Amino acid sequence: MFEKALIGSKGYYTWVLFLLAMIGIGFACYLYQYNEGLGITGMNRDVSWGFYIAQFTFLVGVAASAVMLVLPYYLHDVQVFGKITILGEFLAIASVVMCILFVTVDVGYPNRLLNIILYPTPNSILFWDFIVLNGYLLLNLFIGWNVLTAERKAVAPPKWVKPLIYISIPWAISIHTVTAFLYAGMPGRHYWLTAIMAVRFLGSAFAAGPALLIILAMLVRRLTPFDAGQEALNKLRNIVTYAMLASIFFVLLELFTAYYSNIPGHKHPFTYLFVGLEGHGKYVIWTWISVVVGIASALLLILPMTRRKNAWLLAACIGVFGSLWIEKGLTLVVTGFVPNPLEHVVEYAPTVPEVFIALGVWATGFLVLTLLYKIALSVKLDPNSASVH
Amino acid sequence: MGMNRREFLRIAGIASLWGLGGKTAFEILKPGALEAQLRPPLMKAKKWAMVIDTRKFNAPEDFQKVIDACVKAHNIPKVANQRQEIKWIWKEKYENAFPDDLNQFLPEPVEQKFFLVMCNHCTNPPCVRVCPTKATFKRPDGIVMMDYHRCIGCRFCMAGCPYGSRSFNFRDPRRFLKEITNPDYPTRSKGVVEKCNFCEERLAKGQLPACVEASNGAMTFGDLDNPDSEVRKLLRENYSIRRKPNLGTQPNVYYLI
Amino acid sequence: MMYDENKVIPIIIVFVILATFPLWYNLGKAAPKPDPKIDTPVIQALPEKKCIEPKEVMKTAHMKILDQWRMEVVRGDFSRQMTTADGRVFEKSLQKGCMNCHSNKAKFCDQCHNYMEVKPFCWDCHNAPKETN
Repeated sequence: MFEKALIGSKGYYTWVLFLLAMIGIGFACYLYQYNEGLGITGMNRDVSWGFYIAQFTFLVGVAASAVMLVLPYYLHDVQVFGKITILGEFLAIASVVMCILFVTVDVGYPNRLLNIILYPTPNSILFWDFIVLNGYLLLNLFIGWNVLTAERKAVAPPKWVKPLIYISIPWAISIHTVTAFLYAGMPGRHYWLTAIMAVRFLGSAFAAGPALLIILAMLVRRLTPFDAGQEALNKLRNIVTYAMLASIFFVLLELFTAYYSNIPGHKHPFTYLFVGLEGHGKYVIWTWISVVVGIASALLLILPMTRRKNAWLLAACIGVFGSLWIEKGLTLVVTGFVPNPLEHVVEYAPTVPEVFIALGVWATGFLVLTLLYKIALSVKLDPNSASVH
Repeated sequence: MGMNRREFLRIAGIASLWGLGGKTAFEILKPGALEAQLRPPLMKAKKWAMVIDTRKFNAPEDFQKVIDACVKAHNIPKVANQRQEIKWIWKEKYENAFPDDLNQFLPEPVEQKFFLVMCNHCTNPPCVRVCPTKATFKRPDGIVMMDYHRCIGCRFCMAGCPYGSRSFNFRDPRRFLKEITNPDYPTRSKGVVEKCNFCEERLAKGQLPACVEASNGAMTFGDLDNPDSEVRKLLRENYSIRRKPNLGTQPNVYYLI
Repeated sequence: MMYDENKVIPIIIVFVILATFPLWYNLGKAAPKPDPKIDTPVIQALPEKKCIEPKEVMKTAHMKILDQWRMEVVRGDFSRQMTTADGRVFEKSLQKGCMNCHSNKAKFCDQCHNYMEVKPFCWDCHNAPKETN
């Protein structure tokens, strides 16, 4: 089925070439980083994790969102999702590929990454993160590829795919939980030391992921004859709505605990984000944009206009995705390090090469997504294919 | 094996006759034998710990000579970008070293002066808990050790340490080393994390940590598990505090105020 | 003869040129045989000029020995000394053990490493002694 990704319209080739160019630039910047060291990034002794790990964190959430299509369809027989589960699974593959790449560009010795396998350390959450992420990638590869091949041949998928699909549901929850545990168990980082970190991850994932799926489904409807169906979009919209409302609620819960307890260690990171701390406030404007756009998008989603006019739905989904990207992909990781354990405020901002490397990884993910979607849609639009169960 | 005292005197005598000097003679005639004859390694501890008498640290030189001893003993580079600096031991004000004590009415000498901070070699180290490759691990004698060969540079340990004791080599450290002050200790490479190691390489040769030696008695090093050790004696007779004790890490660097 | 032969044959020729690149590019540039020198002052002053193991063993196993030493010193029993079968004591250290005698990296270690295009990164961290001869 790979050959389906090689043939397309002029627009398709232009898009792929653009992605390849971005990957090329990112790769060149990465070679610079590989030779010079991570010193070319904005990371420092106090904020030792930055843009790369933040993108990784955000994308783990997006990867898990495939479960929001798989669970209703396979466990609760929500038929309208049947057509598009493959889109969710392929988005998961692209996201996990990006996660793995972001970790690879972030470590100081990428050629020693196998040490995680050679010297397994079960007490380390990073070890488990490695296992669950790669496992999720393999699961989605096997499931997606086999179901799609079966559809192309108009036969039922092999029986062993079903148990894999059922496993992928708790597995999706696990990739979040484990990634949240990376943060939620750090004794010196008060911004992260909250029991609801994993819950917040789930909330933002189930809002941002399906929001992206809606955007992608609409894009696909614009570019190809494939139509996910308005009912599927509406159901996804409901999921995004409640997940976004929950995410906003969770942030309010955090603010209550921090400010009502009045404990300085708990308050400081939030103060840093919302008004600035000791004169430092690089992320204040970003935080407020995230809040305003997030609340506005949630309101839009509750109002009936997003059910009636898809333009409003698109705007709301872009808003949800953007607001949550700012929260998880920008402020979450960095704020954990502010103030540092010695109560000094040291700020962080990514450097230009760092941003280009990150864009190169995003472009890689989008390239994987483009190629996989091209294959999936070619199969689904072929009149000889049929989905048999 | 080593040699006995008669042989030692014989060779030393011959060496001085030849004007070759003691150590060179040893190295030439029986490489490694000199190290074997030094004080036996202080390896028998169960829980290495340090007691810092902060009352004896007042003038800037008191701090600087200790910090310089560490820098010299471990070829610690002076990184150009101060935000990406590497430091194993340094000084902080009271409100930064002990931020949990939000005391507004400290005596002025305590409020104004500095305190030495370094890796606490905790009994329950969070950094060891999170390391995915066991590149940082706790030795049976209590030292939290770094294996630079295994470290993948993920910096999870830096996120886990609640004391900010760890530094990452963002670039090749040799660029920032004008000269290698201690050729016996390797410099590190870019991409690995490092921190105070309680001078385990000196302990193996029967020497005290460089900072303790340079402190002229202001810092004491010993085995907490041995009730007769100097450190236990100091802790029995003086009130001591530790950094962030409520986190459960059980740090092993004590401060006499 | 064949379909598209005016495309296929040039491509075959280009492929053969590229595939045999290492052979014809290095014609006449054979590197000289490695000549590791063991005439450092420390070695010359030794009563018996023996390493910790015989030369043939060292040639094949020196990297394994170094790795074993690292495991013992950093992660094992932390002992710094080793004793050979015939009772001589050495430091388990690249810098202070091996290079104490073999202090001439350029004329010893590098000889075989350069010939074999092997670039061990030991000396990124471990300090090679200053070359004297």
